[in-house]
Amino acid sequence: MNNQTMQTFGGVRGFLARMGSIDRRWIFLAVALSIGVPILLQLRPPEVPGPMARATFEAIEAIPSGSRVLLSFDYDPASEGELQPMANALVHHCASRGHKLVFMALWPLGKQLADTTIKDVLLEFHPGYVYGTDYAQLGFKTGNEGVIKIMTTAIPQQYPSDAAGTPLASLPLVASIKRLEDFKLIGTISAGYPGAKEWVQYADGANPDAFTLVAGSTGVQVSQLLPYYPKQIEGLLVAVKGAAEYEMLVTSKYPVDHDQSRFEEGRRRMGPQLVAHLLVIALIVLGNISMIAGRGLKGGAR
Amino acid sequence: MLQRTIPILILAASGALLIIAYFSPFTTSWGEVVVDWFNVLAAVAYVLGAGNLLAVNLEKVSARRAGWAYALLTLLSFGAMLAFGLFKIGAVPNADNPNVHFAGSYESTQSAFGWVYEYILSPLTATMFALLAFYVASAAFRAFRAKNLEAILLLGTAFIILLAQTAAGMFLTGWIPEASMFAFLRLDWMKVAITEHIQTAGMRAITIGIALGIAATSLRLILGIDKSYLSKN
Repeated sequence: MNNQTMQTFGGVRGFLARMGSIDRRWIFLAVALSIGVPILLQLRPPEVPGPMARATFEAIEAIPSGSRVLLSFDYDPASEGELQPMANALVHHCASRGHKLVFMALWPLGKQLADTTIKDVLLEFHPGYVYGTDYAQLGFKTGNEGVIKIMTTAIPQQYPSDAAGTPLASLPLVASIKRLEDFKLIGTISAGYPGAKEWVQYADGANPDAFTLVAGSTGVQVSQLLPYYPKQIEGLLVAVKGAAEYEMLVTSKYPVDHDQSRFEEGRRRMGPQLVAHLLVIALIVLGNISMIAGRGLKGGAR
Repeated sequence: MLQRTIPILILAASGALLIIAYFSPFTTSWGEVVVDWFNVLAAVAYVLGAGNLLAVNLEKVSARRAGWAYALLTLLSFGAMLAFGLFKIGAVPNADNPNVHFAGSYESTQSAFGWVYEYILSPLTATMFALLAFYVASAAFRAFRAKNLEAILLLGTAFIILLAQTAAGMFLTGWIPEASMFAFLRLDWMKVAITEHIQTAGMRAITIGIALGIAATSLRLILGIDKSYLSKN
């Protein structure tokens, strides 16, 4: 190797080694572009429904039409971007099957998110739903897993009235419910504690096989839920990808005649996610190349 | 003496009762009463939390310690939200009782409480969460290095999950027939193998370990062997 080649080689190595200490604002800019550009270009990669999304869909299809379903909104606005698309699709799916829906929340701000979903999805696409007869909002109760534990045996004790203060006894849909066994299916949209794990441990654990349990989860907590799938949790939607796959299944069987974009939110978010994931992989590769190049330079100095 | 004996007795009785209530239907209602106490205590914890928030931030403001302006902002926001909620400022009148202010709903965006939730709290929390994407990318670049075998395994797993969690997985390996002997090279196949077998097996072991630990600790508390939760005074 002549002197010039060695200098060029060293120059490339030096450049790669210096990449390791690149100003992080360049990385922030790359992330902003990787998310912003696909949003502007409306990039929507094709999705194929996976087994978990199919299991969730089948679980809701399997219960008789008009069954009583409990939906617990166990998240807050911080996770709305990740979980709201699946909440929308879940409510639309249940309502399309004619199920009677009872909403509740284990998180203080979950009640507001349930209210928004009722307004934007349930009443928008299923205007025939009547409060008290077809759906009810129990609201938030403090107590975390304690709320679930009492509901396994005495729902009227935990919720003597709905969120607006109306006694449950005067709402036909919930007047006769005594315990969680009175529901055919329980769905939880969960961002952490208390959430899906507590529903498995305290509700399903106390009443195995009494009802079907399905869950929607953020990506970061799914590893805690996987041990319970598919025995205790019969359907599991994981993060935006799970929502996108589930949306596809729901809208292909139960299409809507207006504002279709409401049920494309998950798929719309998969474009930015794809590019951002590729960027993270590229950054990791670049970081490792930089590390190896840096080692080479140190070796040469010795 | 009583300061320590009474809490130990309450804990022992409550713990034992909850265990019995789980197995005996005759004592179910007793267990419900104990869980009701727990729920009441959990609600009281919010009041204690609010008191603690006030104490910590007031002390910070009065001592003019670093970041005292943020503490002041916290106190003002806390006071404002408390007033909006308690006094139902701007509440939408209830159709059945239009003349009773406190019968109105404070959760719609027409009320101060609902407006702050919808237009301040909700976007702020979503923004804070979204910022994670930037820090995760930066941290992955700086810290995710293949320095040893364990790190290489972690790196390989991360690549598979990152690719399989998007359409890139199907694009790269979707052409391999699912029924062929090379199906294990498909990224979706590898993702299922990692999450449903390797990860689930690990998590089950951890979960069982935690459950045994909780059972052992609970027994120590119920039997009065572990008294570390009590004040030393």
